[in-house]
Order: sequence, then structure tokens, then C-alpha cells
Amino acid sequence: MSWKATRDGFGDSIARLGLEDKRIYVVDADIGKSCKTGAFMKSCPDQYLNVGIAEQNAAGVAAGLATCGKIPFVVTYATFGSMRMGEQIRQVICYPNLNVKIACSHGGVTPANDGATHQCIEDYGIMCAIPNMHVVMPADYESAVALVEEAAKLEGPVYLRFTRDAVPPVYPEGAKFEIGKAVWLREGDDVALIANGDTVHIALEAAEILHAEGIEATVLDMHTVKPLDREAVEACVERCGKIVTVEDHNIINGMGAQVACVVAQCGKGKMKIMGIQDQFGMSAPYERLLAMNGVTKEQVAEEARALVKG
Amino acid sequence: MADIEKQRKLEKMAYELRMTALTMIYEAQSGHPGGAFSAADLITALYFDELNVDPANPKWEMRDRFILSKGHVCPILYAALSRKGYFPEAVLHTLRQEGSILQGHPDMKKCPGIDISSGSLGQGLSVAVGMAIAGKRDQAPYRVFAMIGDGELDEGQIWEAIMTANKYHLDNLCVILDHNGLQVDGTNDQVMPHLDVCEKLRAFGYDVYDIDGHDMGQILDTFEAIRRSEGGKPVFINARTVKGKGVSFMEGVPVWHGQAPNTQQYEEAMKELAVKGGIGA
Repeated sequence: MSWKATRDGFGDSIARLGLEDKRIYVVDADIGKSCKTGAFMKSCPDQYLNVGIAEQNAAGVAAGLATCGKIPFVVTYATFGSMRMGEQIRQVICYPNLNVKIACSHGGVTPANDGATHQCIEDYGIMCAIPNMHVVMPADYESAVALVEEAAKLEGPVYLRFTRDAVPPVYPEGAKFEIGKAVWLREGDDVALIANGDTVHIALEAAEILHAEGIEATVLDMHTVKPLDREAVEACVERCGKIVTVEDHNIINGMGAQVACVVAQCGKGKMKIMGIQDQFGMSAPYERLLAMNGVTKEQVAEEARALVKG
Repeated sequence: MADIEKQRKLEKMAYELRMTALTMIYEAQSGHPGGAFSAADLITALYFDELNVDPANPKWEMRDRFILSKGHVCPILYAALSRKGYFPEAVLHTLRQEGSILQGHPDMKKCPGIDISSGSLGQGLSVAVGMAIAGKRDQAPYRVFAMIGDGELDEGQIWEAIMTANKYHLDNLCVILDHNGLQVDGTNDQVMPHLDVCEKLRAFGYDVYDIDGHDMGQILDTFEAIRRSEGGKPVFINARTVKGKGVSFMEGVPVWHGQAPNTQQYEEAMKELAVKGGIGA
């Protein structure tokens, strides 16, 4: 299996879903090519709209479609999808709990050479704070295909976040996922590494480093940031007592912060939150941007080691 | 020309609905009378002559949609919905109270007959466009009427939606501008001049009607003309209105945008509305 961007998983999945279900619509905002809606546009022209560079309007149009029984996916980049249309998502999508999906490419620092304006490190926090919203980031192509399908099946608003660039495969073809249920990728008693999106493979590689040293790590793919799989977090606290979270998002209010809320209420357990250090990015290679924020397999292994030996 | 008897009946009803709305706002001691009164004649004409809706089946898929983008004037819409039979009259006395279906701004999940929750300005027209596109794609016969306030023209999103309706040839969409000339901080010209909106909307590809939004004959004739129109273009109605219409001390006075009357003001206003509407005479 080859490396693929998760935005391609979205594009392939939505094109297939559109043929199967005529209620599925795509509302593009002039970056359909980049967000991989080309196949959908060709095969389902009657379910396709492009409202131009007008994200606020796109959200409202989608809400209107949803009230008429459609299942619209508004497609843009994460920075615009979570912030330019943020209030529209709150007012006319989440407040009336309409069946609209916000599908965003360019999550985290994956649009690396585009620079800080196109990188998005705030969206989990913003979207999680809105009642009724679901927040999901798949780890690889296969899980993106499957989670887009799950989002389409779920009645209610879902925010989906994809990578611009290729990420390594984590799952076999046809793997099944449930929104709100973390995936146990590896089991170990010493420490739990909880990651999502493009950092899942980093956590898996860190677990290999630790394994070579005799430290056994659990690795969870927390693809759904909201609703968070509390039971999985509690199980990690019970089993390992030590948790390292890793994400391509600001550490202030992302997946790690959600996990911390659960851990804090367990009355025990230690954790370390790894991710973007509350700073804007810049044009640079993707791996360098992660490294500037300490998100490398070596650093994850180091933090886990420190907790275990702590 | 509109049937005179029908016209008189609707004119009177618009005053009755104003009285109901004012009573709701007075009882709640909170709400927005000014814009409710400027919209009253248009909303009356829509619900009691134009819209194809079924109060017994508020979610009927083929119903005409009405989007009140200027959601803060909802007491006049609630008054119309109740009168139409969507919910009992007694509910009207619960406006803005805890647990009420009549929220301070319309909530489609709580109140039957509300086609979209609104309140944050500038957003309703986009939703209306989405509904009209769905209707076109489904080849459904329903139409979509969206009422926007003139202050909403300040919002960029309104113009995004206006362009989208042209792109998708939404001749099943009718945008009604309640053009009362006032917004919270003053006149449109003081806050943000809109210049010639009719000229602008023609340039944006609309069939434009410029009417007196308190002349029931003109309102009915316009809706009739739209029904008979050849189609292809979305419709824009510039309804020239007066904020606070019907109550002398409220007319054209910005403070009545969002202020409830005290007892003396309420009684005075009710008297004047009754006289103007020929009610109880």
C-alpha cells in the first residue's frame, strides 16, 4: 500500500457515495480541484454546486439544502471551514442541528509550504466548542474513505479534517470505523500513546522505538475528537496510568486537551500533551514544522520514556 | 388589480397582528416593535394570501418556504403563525419566557412553521438560496420567500447569496427587502449607505419590483405579477416601509428598534392601531 493524502480518500469516497445516494450534495467554494471533488462533480452534476470564494454563503446554502432533505458536504480548507464560516456553522447548522458535513482539506500544518495563513491549528478547539458538532480526523486514506461514509450516515453536523499531503497507510482496505470509537492499534501496559490524523503513524513509530527498549505502549487512533471516546481514555488510565497525546493542532484546545479533561476526572494518571506549541507556522517542509513543535517519533518516544521512568 | 374586499380584510388583519405583536412585546417587556411593524403588511399578505402552506402539516415537503432573515422581528411572524393555526393563541403570551417555543429569535426546532432558525443577521438569504436550489433540482413546485432587513445589506454574505441566486437561475426565489431605512445606530445612510438598491439588484440579474410596503393593493398586485412572470430570474422586491408603522410615536424613531413600551405607551399605541385598523369600531 502506498502513501496517499487523506483528501484523496475524501474525494474517492464522496464520489462513490454520491452515485449511491442522490441526497448527497457537494457545495464547493472554488477549491474543489484541490479538495478532490472533481470526480463527484463529473459523476453527480445535479448534486454539485460551486458558490465561489464565499464560504459563509456556502454554509448557509448547505443548511438550506439540509432542510430539504439533502446531505450536503461543504468543501474547503480547514482554516476557512472552521473560521471564515465558523459563526454560520454555529447559527444555521449546529443550532438547528442540521445534517450538514463540513469537509476540510489542509488540516494542521500539512499545507506546509503555503505558510501560516493556510495551516490550521485551531479548528478542533473551535468546532468542539459548538454543541451538536462532531469532529473527526482520519489517520490515512482507508480510514478517510470509511469515515466519510460514516459521517454521511450520521444524522447531524460533522466536521471532517483531511491532510493536504500524503501520509503512510495505517489500515488495510475495507477497515471499519465508528465515529466516537477510538481504534486500538497496539496494546501495551507501560504507556498509552493517543494520536489522530497525520500523527498516528508517528505514534506507531515511537511505539516501535519504545518496544526495542522494552517499554510496551498502547497506541490509540482517536480519530473522533468529539464526541471523545471517554471509555477508551479511562481504559488507558486504568491500564497504563501514563498517557502521551500527539496531534497536529494547537496543544491549548485540541485532542490532547479533550483527553486531559477525562484524565483529570479519573483522579489518577499522568499525561503529556504534544502538538503545536501555540505558535503560528511558516513556509517550511512539513516534517520540519512538526519537528519545530517537538512532534517527531524520537521526541514522542522520549516523552513516553520520561513518563514511564518518572 | 387586487380585489378590494380582500385588500381591506388584509389591511385590517395586519393591524390586528401588529396589536398582537405589541401585546407580546409589552408582556415580555422585551422585543423589537419597530421592524415588526414595518414588516407587518408584507407578512400578512404572504401568510393569508400568497404562501402555499399547511399549518396542520408544517413540514409538508411541497410547502412554500418563508425565511425571516431579520429574525428579531419574530413577534409579528409568531402572531401570523398562530392566527394561521400553527399553534394556539395562548402560546403567544409566552414570548421570551423560559421553556417557550417562542424564543427571542425564531427556533425551527421549537416552533412549528419556522423554516430556519434565524437571528444572526445576513445569513437567512443563503439558506433560502439552498432551499430554492433543492426545489429546482427536485423539480418541486414550491417557492421560497426570504425577507431581509435593510441593515442586513451591510453584511457581505447577503451579496454572496444574491450572486448565487443569479448563478443558479432561481426564479423560485423571491427576496423581499423590508426597506424601512433605519438600523440600530441610525439611518442606513448614517451607518452604511446602500445607494440605489433597485439598480444594484437589476445589475445582479434580478427582476426588480419597487413598491410601497404598506400599500396592500400594491403588495398583492406584485405577488400576482411574480406568479405570472416568465421566470428565469430571481425576484427582488424593494418594499419601502416605515419602521414602527402604525404608531405615531414609534414611526421613524430608531429607539423603537428594540424597546418594549411601558403601560402608558402600550395603551396609547393599542388605541391608535385599533383606530387605524378599524378594529372594534
